[in-house]
Amino acid sequence: MVAQAEDVIPQRSPLMAFMARWLLTTNHKEIGTLYLWLSFTLFFIGGAMAMVIRLELFQPGIQFAEPLFYNQMVTMHGLIMVFGVVMPGFVGLANWQIPLMIGAPDMAMPRLNNFSFWILPFAFTLLLSSLFMEGGAPNFGWTFYAPLSTTYGPPSTDFFIIGVHMMGISSVLGAINVIVTIFNLRTPGMTLMKMPLFVWTWLITAFLLIMVMPVLAGVVTMMLTDRHFDTSFFSAAGGGDPLMFQHVFWFFGHPEVYILILPGFGIASQIIPTFARKRLFGYHSMVFASAAIAFLSFIVWGHHMFTAGMPVWVELSFMYATMLIAVPTGVKVFNWVATMWRGSMTFETPMLFALGFVILFTIGGFSGLMLALVPADFQYHDTFFVVAHFHYVLYPGAIFGTMAAVYYWIPKWTGNMYDERLGKIHFWTAVIAVNLTFFPMHFTGLAGMPRRIVDYSLQFADFNMVSSVGAALLGMTQVLFLYIVIKTIRGGAKASTRVWEGADGLEWTVPSPAPHHTFETPPAFPPIMDENESTSLNE
Amino acid sequence: MNEAAPRYYVPHSSPWPIIGSTALFVTAFGAASFIHQSTEKVAAEGSFGQPIFFTGLALIAFMMFGWFSIVIKESIRGMNSGLLDRTYRMGMAWFILSEVMFFGAFFGALFYARIVSVPWLAGASNNLETHVLLWPDFADTWPLFMTPGGDATEAMEAWGLPFINTVILVSSSLTVTFAHWALRKNSRLPLVIWLATTVVLGATFLALQVVEYIHAYTELGLSMGAGIYGSTFFMLTGFHGAHVTMGTIMLTVMLLRCLSGHFSSENHFAFEAVTWYWHFVDVVWLFLFTFVYWF
Amino acid sequence: MISMSNGLRNCLTLAFLASFSTLTFAVEFDLREGVTDMSQRIQDLHHLSLAVCVVVGIVVFGAMFYSIVAHRRSRHPKPADFHESLLVEIVWTTVPILILVGMAIPATTTLLEIEDNSDPDLTILITASQWKWHYQYLEADIGFYSNMTTPTAQINNLEPKGENYLLEVDNPLVLPTNKKVRFLTTSNDVIHSWWVPDFAVKQDAIPGFINEAWARLDQPGLFRGQCAELCGKDHAYMPVVVEVRLEAEFDKWIDDQRLAKELSSGQAVADRNKTWTMAELMPIGEQVFLTHCATCHESTGVGQGVTYPALAGGEIPNGPLEVHIDLVMNGKGGTEMQSWAPQLSDRELAAVITYERNAWGNSTNDVVQPKTIYATR
Ligand code: HEA
Ligand code: HEA
Ligand code: HEC
Ligand code: CUA
Ligand SMILES: [Cu+2]
Repeated sequence: MVAQAEDVIPQRSPLMAFMARWLLTTNHKEIGTLYLWLSFTLFFIGGAMAMVIRLELFQPGIQFAEPLFYNQMVTMHGLIMVFGVVMPGFVGLANWQIPLMIGAPDMAMPRLNNFSFWILPFAFTLLLSSLFMEGGAPNFGWTFYAPLSTTYGPPSTDFFIIGVHMMGISSVLGAINVIVTIFNLRTPGMTLMKMPLFVWTWLITAFLLIMVMPVLAGVVTMMLTDRHFDTSFFSAAGGGDPLMFQHVFWFFGHPEVYILILPGFGIASQIIPTFARKRLFGYHSMVFASAAIAFLSFIVWGHHMFTAGMPVWVELSFMYATMLIAVPTGVKVFNWVATMWRGSMTFETPMLFALGFVILFTIGGFSGLMLALVPADFQYHDTFFVVAHFHYVLYPGAIFGTMAAVYYWIPKWTGNMYDERLGKIHFWTAVIAVNLTFFPMHFTGLAGMPRRIVDYSLQFADFNMVSSVGAALLGMTQVLFLYIVIKTIRGGAKASTRVWEGADGLEWTVPSPAPHHTFETPPAFPPIMDENESTSLNE
Repeated sequence: MNEAAPRYYVPHSSPWPIIGSTALFVTAFGAASFIHQSTEKVAAEGSFGQPIFFTGLALIAFMMFGWFSIVIKESIRGMNSGLLDRTYRMGMAWFILSEVMFFGAFFGALFYARIVSVPWLAGASNNLETHVLLWPDFADTWPLFMTPGGDATEAMEAWGLPFINTVILVSSSLTVTFAHWALRKNSRLPLVIWLATTVVLGATFLALQVVEYIHAYTELGLSMGAGIYGSTFFMLTGFHGAHVTMGTIMLTVMLLRCLSGHFSSENHFAFEAVTWYWHFVDVVWLFLFTFVYWF
Repeated sequence: MISMSNGLRNCLTLAFLASFSTLTFAVEFDLREGVTDMSQRIQDLHHLSLAVCVVVGIVVFGAMFYSIVAHRRSRHPKPADFHESLLVEIVWTTVPILILVGMAIPATTTLLEIEDNSDPDLTILITASQWKWHYQYLEADIGFYSNMTTPTAQINNLEPKGENYLLEVDNPLVLPTNKKVRFLTTSNDVIHSWWVPDFAVKQDAIPGFINEAWARLDQPGLFRGQCAELCGKDHAYMPVVVEVRLEAEFDKWIDDQRLAKELSSGQAVADRNKTWTMAELMPIGEQVFLTHCATCHESTGVGQGVTYPALAGGEIPNGPLEVHIDLVMNGKGGTEMQSWAPQLSDRELAAVITYERNAWGNSTNDVVQPKTIYATR
């Protein structure tokens, strides 16, 4: 396997060789690494913007950020976190893991894979450069409602629109690649209903991406023509409607939030059985639940628009559909608990993050359910209660999920074990910090603090201060994580092939680190796991 | 295929993707600057956007040419195992689905305007006060002859040019199928004739579309600024026209490749992909004809 | 945690304590009860759904923590072997559905009542614009603007903040008790959202469309809320204040407003008939400018980047007078520069234009008379 020569690169200087390797690569592992680093870099940038937000909200009054600049920070923070951190992070994991988990030699279209990746750094350069343009960066929120973003948008909006187009191209091509890989390159014997759940959830995610990213592209295209070519999609005087923008946007937007969580569900479904040393409970219902969530996600978008003046029967339909999502999601949560039940659990860092994911995501799901009740949403909508909701599903959801995955698979990627002690410190500080930051937002929201405001009245001051302190702590934990990752890449205890005692699946049959090329011939399935082989560290 | 080769062909590192993403970036940056600079507020900044945009387009063409030529080489060398062929087929099918959704957004806008926003502005559903207080003179019609803001337009007649165009596009879908049959039977001459006919039909369609636009702007007062009717009309037909243009270019390339004997009766996926695309464009047109022009 | 280094722990403790030392914790944890029947029913709904979530949470997390404690490897070395059960899958699909139905019923009935906008006693047309509200009493033909009055000095931490910091306006909306008041919301520019938490009314104001909501108030009082939809730069500075008066007092207030309207038209005639001097107009103009224009153009007239043009040395304030008057009165469509003719009196317009043409180094020496403005209207 290892005998295969490296891709032939003519003799060049080390720098050129380095550039050539990363710019021209078609290897899924290298591309996965690129995605993960891009995501991590943008996490620091988007996080730094969150720090500006929290610094400004530390006390009432204008401290550091002028109102217009504050709005730019909120907008860019939301956009970067959603499109630049969580999505590329998950794609990076998919690149690394899907071929390893289904026994494929690579992604189905390796060149396209590289293309999908390299679009992104350019797209974000375009987006970030708008911060330095005359009139500043986009300042209309990550939901860019018309007409604030059309008629009233800053000049840089055009660059934002084109940037979104580029991200869309990247995501759609990436998703096509994932789907085709999964359908075509599974090792013989691995039927669809035997695929690991991470692969299943990614398959569904990729389907969602193909369905909704083009719609996002459509809505920004209409923005562009409204801004420059005189059309009136979003203007009543011409017979259009600003609400139409919201409908089209949220038709994309709601499936998008499940794009941001489904791979996380998959990760939890890989990790929990491993450390409970017990098979995943209810595999089939897990698959059906994911599919049901994906289906329902197309018919609930109106729950973001309850105060926008839709007819009452429309509001009711959206409310019922939204509430229904709690059922398949609940099935997932219950299945995870049942997997742990009477297992034999140990709590290494990946398991800790997975458990943190399940608990805190569920709390975010609960507040989502409360938001779904239309009359109650009249009070919650556009307050910090919503901000609390989505940070609970996004931070301890999507981000904890990604971090759990990194701890779980990094021994396979680098061949080294991470520092377990630091990993635990990371987890516990992160859990405390996340709750300190985001839990008080429920209270400020209920007390009536609108979101996206640069300055607030005095009764909200105390909880905001707590949030800001929590956010500073949360910022520090990211630096710790960076340190842990670099330390692991540099060295550490050598990881064995199976790495985790309870681990099951094809990725644990290749050596650690996984060689440049794996599975050039289809591996046997189901894999034969080496029972004695593991470097589990815990008691 | 070589016995010892891995079961799946994994290409070596390639310069084309990075060239492609750079090209896309240049095009995107150029397009944004171009559009941005055409507004009066910043017109003074000059217009480097336009040349950058066209440079980008040229780069994209260069990339496509280079990238596809290696794929073609691989295909001719027989490296496309059955599996890779399936990969390309599936990839193309999912790509077309994404295009369907792209059109879906614009059709969604059309239906929204017809079913929701225009009736609401005229007082339907829970918007009686909208009509009474804001737009008392506005009447709900489709096509929208008079916008709430008072811009007048005339509607495009369905049974003139648009109908002729429908006939043209449907026949082109047939001719391309004939070409495909000919290719499967390995009969070169009918293949080339039918394919060339398809290209000509596509080009004719486009030419008529231009005539129609000129007619709309100069005689009907139907422009992009003519309210939501004009907006959806030009967005849908224009976006479709862009696809026909792409399709015609691709068909032309296929014609050239047929002339240089690239395809065999079994191995001609590129050709099929283009026919799928062409049929897709045709089906979209039928929806367009029905909902934009006819009803 | 056990192994956390001392330094880190000290840091954390310090940060934690520091954050609490300044707190008073006179804080609210619950959704506001509000003062209308609907707001109270919404609070009940909130309590119900919260209770459901807490109970479900206790059950789920309880099972999980039990398992974490009891089924860890040190206690339970050999894992069990089950991994499927159709029965429990069915149970935990149906039970949540039943719970959800239980929540959906009160939500539906409440919603149906909230959305019943029929038979109002009084209708207010609320028109939002960046960043102020206009209230029009449709039956009484009275209307006025409502602007935030919190001084910039408080916002910039130069003065201590007042009790109602950011939640105070010059002209509150005045409403009567015991009437079904219908609110029609719309907007002149971008989307805003009119929100008074104590009424549980939050309705988006969408340009070109009118949305409806209503409230019935039982007791007099002063209620404060805010714009709840991002609407640009000063979204945080768009408070809503509603003053509820007893019915009789309200009727009197309406009469007073009518009278004031007539008086002010008398005042306008007087303004028109007088010839004003530069010295009289400049201070008025400065005042108007600081109240209405300075958020965008800055008090020194330097503007903000390309978005808000500089008026000091600006082309229009130093150019032909008619163009300047026209721009200020009618605004510029599709930009934040709105039309000021409906918002300011002849005297105020004359004063502010005079001020712009003669302040910050602009020296056209033009003195605009209210009668010129009147003639242009
Ligand atoms: C990862 C992203 C993610 C996820 C998974 C979710 C999940 C859900 N969301 Fe959330 N949501 C967002 C991201 C996400 N959301 C974002 C980003 C916004 C704001 C956008 C913006 O305006 O900027 C938002 C806003 C938002 C709103 C609009 C609020 C407003 O603006 O007024 C609503 C309203 O219905 C909502 C509802 C829900 C519901 C019902 C779920 C459900 O899927 C949750 C289901 C899960 C559970 C319920 C918990 C587990 C279940 C059980 C244990 C079973 C038993 C439980 C019961 C029977 C009670 N979300
Ligand atoms: C996955 C998505 C994601 C993630 C991970 C986060 C992470 C965080 N978010 Fe974000 N957030 C959104 C998605 C996300 N957010 C979205 C979609 C919105 C809505 C936007 C809109 O309204 O349009 C939003 C809005 C939003 C608001 C509301 C603003 C408003 O409405 O006025 C706030 C306020 O506190 C906030 C805070 C934070 C904080 C403190 C973090 C922290 O978790 C961040 C922690 C990370 C770091 C801190 C980075 C790492 C460290 C460094 C960079 C080192 C340097 C730092 C220091 C020296 C301190 N976010
Ligand atoms: C909400 C923000 C806002 C407020 C408040 C505002 N303006 Fe403006 N103003 C603008 C914008 C934006 C423009 C630029 C319009 C354009 O694109 O040409 C402008 C342009 C102008 C100009 C033309 C400047 C030039 O040289 O081009 C004048 C004069 C002016 N405003 C006067 C006023 C006066 C007087 C007031 C208060 C009564 C006021 N503005 C309040 C946003 C505002
Ligand atoms: Cu007006 Cu926010
Ligand atoms: Cu949603």
